[in-house]
Amino acid sequence: MAAGDLDKFKSDGTRLGSLLEWVDARFPATAMWRRHLSEYYAPKNFNFWYFFGSLALLVLVIQIVTGVFLVMHYKPDASLNASGVPVAFASVEYIMRDVPWGWLIRYLHSTGASAFFIVVYLHMFRGLLYGSYRKPRELIWLVGVVIFLVLMATAFFGYLLPWGQMSYWGAQVIVNLFSAIPFIGPDLSLWLRGDYVIGDATLNRFFSLHYLLPVLILPALVVVHLIALHEVGSNNPDGVDIKKKKDERGIPVDGIPFHPYYTVKDIVGVVGFLFLFAVVVFFMPEGGGYFLEYNNFFPADPLKTPPHIAPVWYFTPFYSLLRAVTHPLFGIDAKFWGVVAMGAGVVIFFFLPWLDRSPVKSIRYRGPIFKTFLAIWVVCFFILGYLGVLAPTPGRTLVSQICTVIYFAFFLTMPIWSKLDKCQPEPERVTAK
Amino acid sequence: MMKWLAILLMAPALALAADAQLRLDRAPDRSNDMHALQNGAKLFINYCLNCHSASYMRYNRLRDVGLSDDQIREKLMFTADKVGELMRIALQRDEAKAWFGVAPPDLTVIARARASEFGSGADWLYTYLRTFYRDDSRPTGWNNVVFENVGMPHVLWELQGEQVMGDDHHLKLARPGKLKAEEYDALVADLVGYLKYMSEPMSEYRKSLGVAVLIALSVLFVFSYALKREYWKDIH
Repeated sequence: MAAGDLDKFKSDGTRLGSLLEWVDARFPATAMWRRHLSEYYAPKNFNFWYFFGSLALLVLVIQIVTGVFLVMHYKPDASLNASGVPVAFASVEYIMRDVPWGWLIRYLHSTGASAFFIVVYLHMFRGLLYGSYRKPRELIWLVGVVIFLVLMATAFFGYLLPWGQMSYWGAQVIVNLFSAIPFIGPDLSLWLRGDYVIGDATLNRFFSLHYLLPVLILPALVVVHLIALHEVGSNNPDGVDIKKKKDERGIPVDGIPFHPYYTVKDIVGVVGFLFLFAVVVFFMPEGGGYFLEYNNFFPADPLKTPPHIAPVWYFTPFYSLLRAVTHPLFGIDAKFWGVVAMGAGVVIFFFLPWLDRSPVKSIRYRGPIFKTFLAIWVVCFFILGYLGVLAPTPGRTLVSQICTVIYFAFFLTMPIWSKLDKCQPEPERVTAK
Repeated sequence: MMKWLAILLMAPALALAADAQLRLDRAPDRSNDMHALQNGAKLFINYCLNCHSASYMRYNRLRDVGLSDDQIREKLMFTADKVGELMRIALQRDEAKAWFGVAPPDLTVIARARASEFGSGADWLYTYLRTFYRDDSRPTGWNNVVFENVGMPHVLWELQGEQVMGDDHHLKLARPGKLKAEEYDALVADLVGYLKYMSEPMSEYRKSLGVAVLIALSVLFVFSYALKREYWKDIH
């Protein structure tokens, strides 16, 4: 839809109408509103899984707003105060105690971090279920994976800021991973830290990046993600293209305007989400030690290595991939190949649109092979996540190695079995809910 | 393939098998008992706040447990001048380190830091403060069951008495203290109750506010769902 005269508002003589006409002559306000909301036709059969896109946007807003207020009181300073406590750690407790409503803002932010990953993992899983990454939505998916990567980086930088024991040693472990890269590794990790140990320089640069990435980069990527989506149109649980059947006005017969239908529906999802979110914020802000790790209530101590360093839960599946690699290869340390496995575990999502050769998109019409393999893959993902929390033992390492093989085999063998699978024919139009 | 599946199914069992268990006694709940919390505050200030700071906690926050500024000033403030001051200590950290081998940690959030899969931080503290025993191999003459080779001596020994570790790995009271066993347990429970309160002073308010928020969201949910139904009734 080009921004022609149809997209300009014609004033009915009211003051507000004239204002909108004035704006429209200078900025495509009405055109944008129509293109992205009131005349964006989304399939009418979205189900539960389609809440998580808008919820991810909501959590991003929660994180930015609470983050802006936290920054007003937080001090990225690793030096010790008069009581021997790092200033950064003490400033977080200052927010919790002395800043009016600081505890609420901080819990919203700390719970929001975990909620972000829950929502995004479910959003990505929706893509797997209904083949939302397939042609013509490859670019939406690619941008989405970039968003996921930036989100991981943001969470990693942010986790250092409270400057507790887990913040410190978690960052130590991850930054040290880069030193396993041949030739440039040691210099690279030194460059990342800005010091020979995790210290004040690291804390300040992580703070800087924890502001830059989510406030500037993430929203920009989300805009690209949405523009790409609105260019090709939304997928749906049936995986059929609603643009194939249009009425005389050129509107998909199975499409409904995003606004008001999906805005009012997403409000229901938002309230439901906020209910669960509030349960955590108000009744279990530590999330059983997974959302706020208990050990992180000890201030960072560079001289005291905790017996067990566990990353936060949302990184643990990938951390398990890292730890599963225990054999050196081509004369290079196992640690390096572990880093490669961990990186590949995320990067492989980029290739998904071209690995899947199935004739149909949605799991509803796919055959038993896909359903079985996807179920096994999900189980492995959970087991890897669970093992990543625990200290390694020989038994656990073996299990994580098996799961790692399955994790990658699912993707790498997909071009073969996705073609062989016995699929059912897709319906002509979307099915009723 | 079947073997792999079997291993996969056994994974959680395998994964759980290895961790050593730490047995903790359950700390009695004192969160709404103002008398117990006041007693705990007094014990904390008398026994702990000489070597340990609570440097994120202000004295006048004790209004939460039912104390007035005057009561706080007269009965609980020994080193600070103003009720708005933080619970800091005069002990120099480098000196403390020389004496105990390690500088005593700040205790403001210790009840949160000590939580683990074995129990809450209060459970850990409640067990810890009741399981000191005589050990002549240690510089202080004391050791502890849940915190092996701890640097802190048993500060409350006059009250509890002296325990020794028997050959059966159970503690025995070798010399009684001023308090009976159950009186000492109750005193430790009060102290731990205070430490728990201090680690998150707003926690009771947080929960009560949470109830209101959930009720409000429930009402909003009903209305938002009704709105959605109204808009969607023509979509088939």
